[in-house]
Amino acid sequence: MNNKIKNIKDAVKAVKNGDTVMVGGFLQCGQPQHLVGALTETGVRDLTLISSDTGSMETSNYGLLQSGKVIRVMASYIGGNPEAGNFMITGKAEVTLVPQGTLAERIRAGGAGLGGFLSPVGVGTVVEEGKQKLSVDGKDYLLELPLRANVALIKADRADKAGNLRITGTARNFNVLMATAADHVVAEVSEIVETGEIDPNDVTVPGIFVDVLVKI
Amino acid sequence: MENREFISRRVAREFRNGDVVNLGIGMPTLVANYIPEDVSVVLQSENGMLGIGPRAEGPQINENIIDAGGTYVTSLKGASFFDSSVSFGIIRGGHVDATVLGALEVDQEGNLASWMVPGKKVTGMGGAMDLVVGARRVIISMEHLNKKGEPKILRKCRLPLTAAGQVNLIVSEMAVMEIEPGQGLLVTEIAPGVTRDALVNATEAELRFSETLKLMEV
Repeated sequence: MNNKIKNIKDAVKAVKNGDTVMVGGFLQCGQPQHLVGALTETGVRDLTLISSDTGSMETSNYGLLQSGKVIRVMASYIGGNPEAGNFMITGKAEVTLVPQGTLAERIRAGGAGLGGFLSPVGVGTVVEEGKQKLSVDGKDYLLELPLRANVALIKADRADKAGNLRITGTARNFNVLMATAADHVVAEVSEIVETGEIDPNDVTVPGIFVDVLVKI
Repeated sequence: MENREFISRRVAREFRNGDVVNLGIGMPTLVANYIPEDVSVVLQSENGMLGIGPRAEGPQINENIIDAGGTYVTSLKGASFFDSSVSFGIIRGGHVDATVLGALEVDQEGNLASWMVPGKKVTGMGGAMDLVVGARRVIISMEHLNKKGEPKILRKCRLPLTAAGQVNLIVSEMAVMEIEPGQGLLVTEIAPGVTRDALVNATEAELRFSETLKLMEV
């Protein structure tokens, strides 16, 4: 089996100019702070960031936005990050706000081979602009399309060398979904154990989804 | 008693034993402090948790366990964790009995605006759009007037909507109002010391008063 363990600098080289990058986490919980921090130090540019939120002044997504590497943001909440709000008002970067459940499901669809799904969320609001509206049994739905990325940066508590991940508590959030929806998946983990040491019943993300492990 | 506590105490009386409840960020979160002792509800948080306990302090803090407002919380016996797709499946799938949210504006057709002031404050909708559409009952917990002293309860929302026609109940420091689309708002309770005229003057929406109008008590 290929060795999936890399140092952090090599791991973030997977992100190229113009890439779409998914970053896991919800606010400060489950965010791959170290990977995002290392990405911020690289010379890449013109990135599209997909994340639940743009974090707060204390989280790494803030530094990434401030670095000017991101030209597009897709997120459900930007309230904790004044930089993201400024992006939206000044047009420095294109910010698309997506209802959180719709964002999660679009990523899930991207990883699950689905061409989209019908959601009642956003009907009668600005969210329906530009989307196909379909009626099923007399109820209106919006056609929501799948999302994929070139690279996903995620976080787990523990990995085995085969890439199986154990994620606890509310840190599962978008990490579990993004692991399935990118061409290349990098996980930052607190602990790496031998293959087999994580009980298969306890695996949150199967190792086949994970390309690179970075121990922090 | 300050308005926020008065409103939160009244909202807390809306739940039935066993209800699954999602409390929004800000004032709605306070409701958890006032749920009557004989009523047991399961609190859900859209970032992936059922069975939220009190705020975690000191050694109780687990950095992997937060609520949707980013507060470190404890988990109660019977709690569970899940990813964001499952969490919003719970919400959209009608498995949440009630959600409590704040409002910038709400109107007599049950429309809610809570997420955006164009050209000014941009925060994003977070999970609010999903919650308002998905929860079986949508309760708005809000102060009756905005900071400029203008009505927030309108005939028609002017700000971009969070969802159309989904709100069921409004609780403010002045009154409890049910929404009956096409018929205006039905005032079912009025706060002590508030006259009908004062309520009408503070509200842009059309109001009808229930034949069984009660004093709003907490």
